[in-house]
Amino acid sequence: MTDTLHAEELGTVAEAAVEGGAVEAGPRRTQRVLIIVPAWNEAESIGSVIAEIEGALPFVDVLVVDDGSTDGTAAVAQQAGAVAVRLPYNLGVGGAMRLGYRYARDHGYDVAIQVDADGQHDPAYVPKLIDALSASSLVIGARFAGEGDYRVRGPRRWAMTMLSWVLSRLARTKLTDTTSGFRACNRELIALFADWYPVEYLGDTVETLVRALRLGYRVSQIPVAMRQRQMGTPSQSPLKAMLYLGRAFLTLFLALVRR
Amino acid sequence: MNLTILTGATALLFLGFIFELVRRRRLREKYAVLWIFVGVIVLGLGLFPTALNHVAIAFGVANGVSLVLFFGVMFLLLVCLHLSWEASRLEDETRVLAEEIALLRLRMDEQSERTEERSAS
Repeated sequence: MTDTLHAEELGTVAEAAVEGGAVEAGPRRTQRVLIIVPAWNEAESIGSVIAEIEGALPFVDVLVVDDGSTDGTAAVAQQAGAVAVRLPYNLGVGGAMRLGYRYARDHGYDVAIQVDADGQHDPAYVPKLIDALSASSLVIGARFAGEGDYRVRGPRRWAMTMLSWVLSRLARTKLTDTTSGFRACNRELIALFADWYPVEYLGDTVETLVRALRLGYRVSQIPVAMRQRQMGTPSQSPLKAMLYLGRAFLTLFLALVRR
Repeated sequence: MNLTILTGATALLFLGFIFELVRRRRLREKYAVLWIFVGVIVLGLGLFPTALNHVAIAFGVANGVSLVLFFGVMFLLLVCLHLSWEASRLEDETRVLAEEIALLRLRMDEQSERTEERSAS
């Protein structure tokens, strides 16, 4: 709560300065920025993630959406200085994100940025994401775009290539990492996502992009390097990779034909 | 004759079961109407298995029982589909409730924090 008040004061001060003809302190100062961190049983990493965000970005507020954790994630997040909302049971990333966007809309934030709780997203890129929002409504922090050395192989890679190809066509700009959970959006899309955000796997990334593009919003990306997850590793089983490819096709197809 | 007794008795038991569920308010009316309708048809066909033979032959089906089997499977498929639809709707509704609860909890935490601060100062 104190953080919110702090940011509100900051915002007002900055706006007053601009109105008074003083030198503008950069676009970031006048915008109220919320970092949304969906977290499910991430008590071990959430503390350092929040500390890092607040260290690198003193002008943002951090909202942790505890997605039905049983390990006290919300308490750790509050200790670290974030606002934490606790869902009564696990909804999945999409469910947590809709709640996050709802909070952002209700509290009048101008920019909402999704950052994962496992520490793979580097908050140092956030100012770049915010800057890119001046030309688009949604900005993806993307791997495979020159920065970083993240690699995938097999069906998972085919799925990502297929998604990138189709979505790049739709967006009329190159999108290399459509399943990235590191993304920023502006006020209009916060309002859209507060009411509508799919819970299905891949829906929270791919389908939201398709919807935003079909509604005429601009989507772009900036290259980021992702770090190794602090906890756990992504599964590499070939069966799961095939399943992923199938779901990617299905999600994309449904996103394209849905009303 | 024995078969008629078996199917007729089964249909009667089925109808009785549905009636009991409705009586104990375990079934919403919209479902009760559906299942009572089904029970009545099953009872009729149980008592008179040959009743649909003419209709079946008109459709080019060998006999009434086969026709009933076909419609029965189609009906069950539709019921399953309807239940999936209902489950999806219910999940959407519970999702909204979960969000509301999360926001209310946050508001309560903030309020009690503020009260504590006030009583402390």
